[in-house]
Amino acid sequence: MDFNDSPEEAAYREKARAWLVENAAAHRVEHGEPKPTTPEHMAAAKAWQARKAAAGYACITWPAAIGGGGGTPIQSVIFSQEEAKAGVSYGYFTIGLGMCVPTVMAFGDDATKQRFVSPAVKGEEIWCQLFSEPAGGSDVAALRTRAVRDGDGPDADWVINGQKVWTTGAHYCDYGIVLVRTDPDVPKHKGLTMFWIDMRDPAVECRPIHQMSGGRDFNEVYFTDLRVKDSQRLGAVGDGWKVALVTLMNERLAVGGSAGPDYRQVMELARGLPGVNGPALKDQAFRENLADWYVNSQGLKFTRFRTMTALSRGQTPGPESSIGKIISANQLQDLANTAVEALGEYGILTDPSLAPMEAAFQQSLMWAPGLRIAGGTDEILKNIIAERVLGLPGDVRADKDVAFKDMPTGR
Amino acid sequence: MDFDYSDDQKFLKDEARKFLAARCPSSVVRGVLDDPAKSYDAGLWRAVAEQGWLGAAIPEAHGGLGLGRVELCAIAEELGRAVAPIPFASTVYVLAEAVMAHGTEAQKAAILPRIAAGELIGCLATSEGPGVITPSALQAKVEGGKLTGVKIPVTDGDAADMALVLANEGGRPGLFLVDLRAGGVKVDTLESLDPTRGVARLTFDGAVADRLGEAGQGFALAQAILDRAAVLLAFEQLGGADRCLEMAREYALGRYAFGRVIAGYQAIKHKLADMYVKNEVARSNAYYAAWALNVDAPELPTAAAAARIAASDAFWFASKESVQVHGGMGFTWDVDCHLYYRRSRQLSLVAGSPKLWKERLVSELEKKNAA
Ligand SMILES: Cc1cc2nc3c(=O)[nH]c(=O)nc-3n(C[C@H](O)[C@H](O)[C@H](O)COP(=O)(O)OP(=O)(O)OC[C@H]3O[C@@H](n4cnc5c(N)ncnc54)[C@H](O)[C@@H]3O)c2cc1C
Repeated sequence: MDFNDSPEEAAYREKARAWLVENAAAHRVEHGEPKPTTPEHMAAAKAWQARKAAAGYACITWPAAIGGGGGTPIQSVIFSQEEAKAGVSYGYFTIGLGMCVPTVMAFGDDATKQRFVSPAVKGEEIWCQLFSEPAGGSDVAALRTRAVRDGDGPDADWVINGQKVWTTGAHYCDYGIVLVRTDPDVPKHKGLTMFWIDMRDPAVECRPIHQMSGGRDFNEVYFTDLRVKDSQRLGAVGDGWKVALVTLMNERLAVGGSAGPDYRQVMELARGLPGVNGPALKDQAFRENLADWYVNSQGLKFTRFRTMTALSRGQTPGPESSIGKIISANQLQDLANTAVEALGEYGILTDPSLAPMEAAFQQSLMWAPGLRIAGGTDEILKNIIAERVLGLPGDVRADKDVAFKDMPTGR
Repeated sequence: MDFDYSDDQKFLKDEARKFLAARCPSSVVRGVLDDPAKSYDAGLWRAVAEQGWLGAAIPEAHGGLGLGRVELCAIAEELGRAVAPIPFASTVYVLAEAVMAHGTEAQKAAILPRIAAGELIGCLATSEGPGVITPSALQAKVEGGKLTGVKIPVTDGDAADMALVLANEGGRPGLFLVDLRAGGVKVDTLESLDPTRGVARLTFDGAVADRLGEAGQGFALAQAILDRAAVLLAFEQLGGADRCLEMAREYALGRYAFGRVIAGYQAIKHKLADMYVKNEVARSNAYYAAWALNVDAPELPTAAAAARIAASDAFWFASKESVQVHGGMGFTWDVDCHLYYRRSRQLSLVAGSPKLWKERLVSELEKKNAA
């Protein structure tokens, strides 16, 4: 039990910190959720990503030959910690570099990798993940967007028609990976294929969705006769599910940490607020909640330390990291709600100039529901823990062995 | 970052698990449960002494093994898994830790070697009735080195040779070491929620009392002692919670209902996933507290409180939901679920309820936050 970095880790942290001190200040821009996806914010993020890439701090675990840092997972964690402290972590690249580009690296041909990996690392091109559809979110494999071949040759193009939804960043992304149905006559998992696509193609139409949190981070995306080359295929025809699993596995590692106020801020708020008997901080019910959040957030922090320990011992963290999002998303929602309630009627105010902490509690209250859904709902994550960590059987599958076209859909 | 047991500690823990599997199957626990005359298993106690566990953290100079507190935590975790029916916590986490942290050289020399050798059982006597004990309500008192008063309930009080007693001295609270075999003490065994651990009423009438630590500091001292004990108890609770999850999992994988194993039903799967999440939160907090205890960090009070709250929550949830997963079988005397359900209550109350610890935690955070 030792929280200190090993000598090598400490040296890396020192170097990273010094570099951040030198470089970060020029790239700091206000951020939060809803994300201010203004051109200036995006430009700042891209410039920062480029600077990191040049210094070997982007995609730290990837080989230097493809633009990565040639480092270890623990170095990557250390850098992220320091980067967050320096106030320069941007969300734009998480999905692309965390999920899409690794999928391209695993399944693309050499020319594709040559073309895309390095620009993505440098932040020149941003990627989105087009999986979810109105008919398939948790059950992604129920998706209906079709790709059919135009012609007979082995290199014949594909034509895609259909709709995706909740696609984060689609409106500012350059490329995307898309999962589509290529064979409706076989059970749902067997008829899928993955492609990369150009988001600027006129056959791709993006309609931003107004979120309950007020932001417009995600989109509906429509494909009308979108023509893609067979060389844009990632993995074999009909093997899309296997490819998607690789993406989703990476997703569980990439999503997780929740930004937002923690127990310290709620405590600070309650200290100055009038409660039932003196300051709200003296309210017994409030104190018990506060204790529970402290215990949970420490639990989460130290669980990350345990993951880091596994990484520094050369082990790979498994599906148990699913607990992180379950705890943090629920906690953010509860904590924000209690803080807002403690404000009394005033708690309904969201004007940043009037509300404590620039209305960060109100923002979190409205953002937390999304956090409990994105990247796997609480329920799906519990299934993952039950099945993959505890080894319990999978749910009953009403659609198993049924051709997709005969599957019950509810509409 | 090295935030886990070391290989040596893991080895010790594995050995402890094997040892307890052989020496403390549930038949041993039930031997104490079913026999009102037994307050602990004397054979297991001797065996544990022979393993050196009673003196694991006691310095070699005082007859112990001189290991660290993390090693003791690893042992505690396994004792908790096995719901071991022995006065280990009272003797080792409370008495030995108290004497090591606050005793004079003479007290250390007199007490620690006997603990390490398995010749002296300890207990903590603070409570005097229902509710929380406060300085103004404290009745037991010491005059001219002699203790009078009643302490109820005292966990392991019927087996103990020595009690650590909270009592007034000249109007100020103090902590006293009392030799229960030296006269002036009446011991009545009482019935409790968890009969695998003895509980007694101790009536003192002129028993010789030897002060531990400074005069008038009894409450602060008791709290410091409970901070240390809380960390070790949290590991027992964690071990118990883990075992509950395992038992529930095994049962769910073998029990059929409506043509399928119940482990395939999501209400059951999610219950087990919730147990897992709570256990991991408890484990992470417990590890941090183990570190704080081991190096005597200033963070110990907050770390101990967080570990205790998380572990109490995890064990309570796991023990009650494990009964639920076992259905009617879970409600029978014959299935082990109730051993854990009982122990979860015993461990949650024995060093102050989680509510008290939450209050303590927030007070500590207030202090830290104000500074
Ligand atoms: C902020 C945000 C960003 C997102 N970004 C992207 C993105 O970039 N790309 C992308 O492809 N998608 C994205 N999504 C979509 C997201 O992946 C899905 O919303 C999510 O997987 C849930 O699917 P759904 O919305 O269809 O809900 P459903 O699957 O319809 O679920 C409805 C309810 O049923 C429950 N449920 C479903 N199946 C089960 C089951 N087997 N057992 C128990 N309960 C079940 C769910 O837990 C939920 O409570 C995003 C979503 C959000 C909120």
